[in-house]
Amino acid sequence: MAREMLKSDSPMHELSLCESVVRIIADEAERQSFSRVLKVRLEIGALSCAMPDAMRMAFTAVTPGTIAEGAELEILHTPGVAHCEQCGKDVEVSERYDPCPDCGTAPLFVTNGDQLRIKDLEVE
Amino acid sequence: MCLTCGCGQPDHPHHHHEHDPRLVEVERNLLDQNNRYAAANRKLLAERNTFALNLVSSPGAGKTTLLVKTIELSRGRFPVGVIEGDQQTSFDAARIQETGAPAIQLNTGKGCHLDAHMVGHALSELEPQPNGVLFIENVGNLVCPAAFDLGEAHKVVVLSVTEGDDKPLKYPDMFHASDLMLLNKIDLLPHVDFDVERVVDFARRIKPEIEVLQLSARTGEGLDAWVEWIEAGRTHEVSA
Repeated sequence: MAREMLKSDSPMHELSLCESVVRIIADEAERQSFSRVLKVRLEIGALSCAMPDAMRMAFTAVTPGTIAEGAELEILHTPGVAHCEQCGKDVEVSERYDPCPDCGTAPLFVTNGDQLRIKDLEVE
Repeated sequence: MCLTCGCGQPDHPHHHHEHDPRLVEVERNLLDQNNRYAAANRKLLAERNTFALNLVSSPGAGKTTLLVKTIELSRGRFPVGVIEGDQQTSFDAARIQETGAPAIQLNTGKGCHLDAHMVGHALSELEPQPNGVLFIENVGNLVCPAAFDLGEAHKVVVLSVTEGDDKPLKYPDMFHASDLMLLNKIDLLPHVDFDVERVVDFARRIKPEIEVLQLSARTGEGLDAWVEWIEAGRTHEVSA
């Protein structure tokens, strides 16, 4: 099931998620003493509520005037993984409610893939 | 673009010998801050025994009309406060205030959802009465509000029968986040191709334990069961 594409002019929660990115960076800059961010590595799980393309767009919109202005955004994709009790094994899922590809059981118990976090920063 | 570092800024002085790029670990979740505000709201609501419901739906599903009717029915049973979320205008808060219930309007501007920080401010302004019910009417949007906890006891998704019965599968995150699905405008069922059994089946594929109530805010059908659901949840919450 494909997620609906967001139009570029539509409001999106990715914008507020990227505002969180900027806030976290400002906070870390103080804690870990740096003044410029060269690269942001963002981990986005396949089952998280953020769409990578929209995150890229929002990142470009919110970083100007901050220490992350011009920084590269690297997105680390983590796949969605769920456990099927019926088959007794972990299977990859692209949506939270996908049935087990082998036996059709649904919903499965999601065990990985909802990451939405800053992993690390390259700074100076 | 600056050719030295590719930073997108016009040329600016570079002291690359001073550069000491290094990697710093962060490992911080983007929703952490919202979740902290939500926890603070939840604590404040618990202190006042306020039962908070976060109403989510597409635009036009009938949330405000439902709230107006719910407030009328709840008179003499429990105090009600309302936080209204819309991108623009205070039309909805004005409609609620006409019932005599206190209401605060939040305008999110370009934002597509309420967040816990905004709701925290609205709470300190609204000061919900103890042992009452707080309705938070979220921005009409079946996508974004799913990810933002506001500190509510339950998300309640309102789906009107003039929408497609495949909505739960199209917007699974919202139905997964909700504990109750209200099927609104059931007085229109004879005129639309909306299969109630199908929508309930779809919703339960996403969230097996979701409760479902059918009602019409316009005719009043089914509203008693909804108010009873609130009463039951409120009693449970207060005694918990």
